Amino acid sequence: MKLAYWMYAGPAHIGTLRVASSFKNVHAIMHAPLGDDYFNVMRSMLSRERDFTPVTTSVVDRNVLARGSQEKVVDNITRKDGEEHPDLIMLTPTCTSSILQEDLNNFVERAQMDAQADVMLADVNHYRYNELEAADRTLAQVVRYYIQKARKNGDLNTEKTEKPSVNIIGISTLGFHNNHDCTELKRLMADLGIEVNIVMPDGAEVGEIKNMSRAWFNLVPYRELGMQAAKYLEEEFGTPCVDITPMGIVETARCIRAIQRVLNDNGHAANFEEYIDNQTRHVSQAAWFSRSIDCQNLTGKRAVVFGDNTHAAAITKVLAREMGIKVVMAGTYCKYDQEWFRNEVSEYCDEVLVSEDNAEIANAIARLEPAAIFGTQMERHVGKRLDIPCGVIAAPIHIQNFPVGYRPYVGYEGANQLVDLIYNSFTLGMEDHLLEIFGGHDTKEVITKEMATESDLTWSKDGRTELQRVPGFVRGKVKRNTEKYARSQGLDTITAEVMYAAKEAVGA
Amino acid sequence: MTVAKERSAGSNQPAPASAAPSALNFECETGNYHTFCPISCVAWLYQKIEDSFFLVIGTKTCGYFLQNAMGVMIFAEPRYAMAELEEGDISAKLNDYEELKRLCLDIKRSRNPSVIVWIGTCTTEIIKMDMEGIAPKLEAEIGIPIVVARANGLDYAFTQGEDTVLAAMAMRCPTEPKKITAAPEQSVDRGSFQKLFSLGRKEEAKAEAPIATTTDSEYKDHPPLILFGSLPDSVVTQLNLELKRQGIKVSGWLPSQHYTDLPVVQEGYYAAGINPFLSRTATAMMRRRKCKLIGAPFPIGPDGTRAWVEKICKVFDIEPQGLDEREAQIWAGLEDYLKLVRGKSVFFMGDNLLEVSLARFLIRCGMTCPEIGIPYMDKRYQGAELKLLEQTCNEMGVPLPRIIEKPDNYNQIQRIYELNPDLVITGMAHANPLEARGISTKWSVEFTFAQLHGFANARDILELVTRPLRRNAALDGLGWDKLVKEEVKA
Repeated sequence: MKLAYWMYAGPAHIGTLRVASSFKNVHAIMHAPLGDDYFNVMRSMLSRERDFTPVTTSVVDRNVLARGSQEKVVDNITRKDGEEHPDLIMLTPTCTSSILQEDLNNFVERAQMDAQADVMLADVNHYRYNELEAADRTLAQVVRYYIQKARKNGDLNTEKTEKPSVNIIGISTLGFHNNHDCTELKRLMADLGIEVNIVMPDGAEVGEIKNMSRAWFNLVPYRELGMQAAKYLEEEFGTPCVDITPMGIVETARCIRAIQRVLNDNGHAANFEEYIDNQTRHVSQAAWFSRSIDCQNLTGKRAVVFGDNTHAAAITKVLAREMGIKVVMAGTYCKYDQEWFRNEVSEYCDEVLVSEDNAEIANAIARLEPAAIFGTQMERHVGKRLDIPCGVIAAPIHIQNFPVGYRPYVGYEGANQLVDLIYNSFTLGMEDHLLEIFGGHDTKEVITKEMATESDLTWSKDGRTELQRVPGFVRGKVKRNTEKYARSQGLDTITAEVMYAAKEAVGA
Repeated sequence: MTVAKERSAGSNQPAPASAAPSALNFECETGNYHTFCPISCVAWLYQKIEDSFFLVIGTKTCGYFLQNAMGVMIFAEPRYAMAELEEGDISAKLNDYEELKRLCLDIKRSRNPSVIVWIGTCTTEIIKMDMEGIAPKLEAEIGIPIVVARANGLDYAFTQGEDTVLAAMAMRCPTEPKKITAAPEQSVDRGSFQKLFSLGRKEEAKAEAPIATTTDSEYKDHPPLILFGSLPDSVVTQLNLELKRQGIKVSGWLPSQHYTDLPVVQEGYYAAGINPFLSRTATAMMRRRKCKLIGAPFPIGPDGTRAWVEKICKVFDIEPQGLDEREAQIWAGLEDYLKLVRGKSVFFMGDNLLEVSLARFLIRCGMTCPEIGIPYMDKRYQGAELKLLEQTCNEMGVPLPRIIEKPDNYNQIQRIYELNPDLVITGMAHANPLEARGISTKWSVEFTFAQLHGFANARDILELVTRPLRRNAALDGLGWDKLVKEEVKA
């Protein structure tokens, strides 16, 4: 048993359902007790879906437990087949079905006899995989199923398209800014003269999967979803995979160059250097913005980054390489894929943290006292308590991650958005200078803001008055450093003298 | 026994022990329907019981639900957590007792609550974890009371989670008043969490304490009365005062604001519930604690509140004073809202078990109701409420609703398309899709968290009910009522 207060990645069935309900005309049947279908609520409420979520729970209750589930599950599959005529019905196991140890494969076989739709059991064990791993597995499973089916039926189309083309793999419902990222990627591909063969799985039909082999290459923008499917396609058809996340100016260019190599290898004489240069220096605002006078003040500012692999790695690189910000810690909750993360970020940050424990991350932030945090909703809350601004850069998703206006994170427009996000997360510009020169105008009471309040020290009146004179935005830091010093000296009262001694000693 | 002034139709005949009203049509679809998992009760109970800690013993599925769907995010370290079962727990490689002990000691060290409530889930049911067996031993070992509630989705729906907790807690109510000793004040810092996350409940000053202790001449002589059901403290005060007007003293509430202040319950005490989903708690109070249950309609809406007060008065042989005037006054104050709902129809898909009470009130307001979906229908515990529903329909001259237990959401949506009701009260999964198809909705979950009870809160119910109608009136004329492309109907 594990005491948990917060989860960065959801349970396996959420991943499976994100993939299943991204497809057009695919219905998922969950084998679960009442209430486990809250995926429907998340999809309907968070992403403001207009359509009914194509997920139905075959409710497991006492009666079903006593009698066995087969009849009910099979009935529900065939019923949904008749009601909605989906192309595919995906039976989704849950934590409950995992421990009931029923032969769900057999249920699927039984249902397949009567159903017009294809019926498939998502091959995901709740206790082995989290949401991200489950989504990746499920997508690969669906792709494999339909490629094999097409091969058997002899209608697999392996002839490459006439013009260069791409499958964009990994765009899904309830993904972090996925809908806007997808639009931006399509624009980018259009700029490069590349046709989008299929976007997978969002909005795709399973019947289109047999045409995936026609694409010249696969683009997997997110490390978390699509790698397994792309790997399968590479093994089957030799389709090369570009898995560089085009996030930030430098990585977008690197991604475009990788695409260029693929096209060149296929005998297509593309040269995107001029495009990259023009976008970077003239069209996109991000590169110029970093260079502009206002952003000088970002130099050397300290930041902590935490998120999923894709976003945390990309933002770390943007901060360090494109904006001159010092990343004191970069972290990920994708423990299962931590080696990749370490390789990607270790040269751009002081330390790497791989953890699923929100308290560990909060404590690290409290210890490092960065000027800004780029993290998930959880780190935003931590930042609020520590009075450190936080830009949200990664899932778990929140209704705020479905803005109505255009807010991509990838491509050149994504780079603009990132720059705005980063800039607005710091206290900057003239405001910063004036605060430093005039010592601020904040006369509020001192608030302790350690994650764990330690009150073994008392502040004398003159000490408190002196602390009050410190500008509000550094006051917490001065207070903590002074207390640290006082403890190291074995003092229990902090006077103005102690404060200045501390300043001399530790530069508080 | 003198019977108090009643409405001519006799709303306050004692509810018969079994037989449900005959004219109402009950069906059980046993369909596939969506509602929240009963562990959601943690979201409001941990706030209500300020010295508690709730430990949900389940899987990632449970934790992610509380975090994402219920939106119970962590603003400060909360007083609930997950004991996340891992593969070793499921395969019984690990010892449940030792594992729970480790976690509870951790909680004791970091939070020091007055009580730890273990919330069992589907998983603990299926692996047959012996929570009731482990709890007393562990309780003795670590020195903190452990209350076990099996709020699982195999047996219960949404709000019934609270029922499982209160039924378990009823067994912990003392039989004798606490001796006044200089008990050390609980070291748990109270109150700071409510401010951060209040789920729309407004907290007010602690109101319970004085009622249990004062012997006031304003009160008539009657046997002790315990009320059960978790309400925001301000509503607790309102209901206490409402009964005080009739000279009735509420001896205590289950739950109390602090676990350490659970009310004394002795054989022969009277008990009354304030919510329709508390049938197990009612049973526990009756059978296990030997209380006499007052079966009344629930104090929701002016009509329900009046009937509830009246019934309690009747049981205590007290003639109610000024209830007619009070109810009439409240109705008069609602006129601006009533104009908006009269003649309109409302369809309940079924979610939180408040459906019958709300439908009864809205019918009294002048609405019609073709269907009441409800996850679970206890015809005995809700007997008086069902009777009042039937009576209300007769008096208002509208057809009786169909009551559909465990509805099938797909079938319901087909019926909604046919009936085209003015308002659908539904769970969150269906609200946006229905709105996109031009059907006005209100989330049932809002009624779970809103202040519904008592005379004064009738306005709040109508404020919620009329919001979509008022919003639509404001947007009327834009021609945007359908926001999806025509679907091909199979």
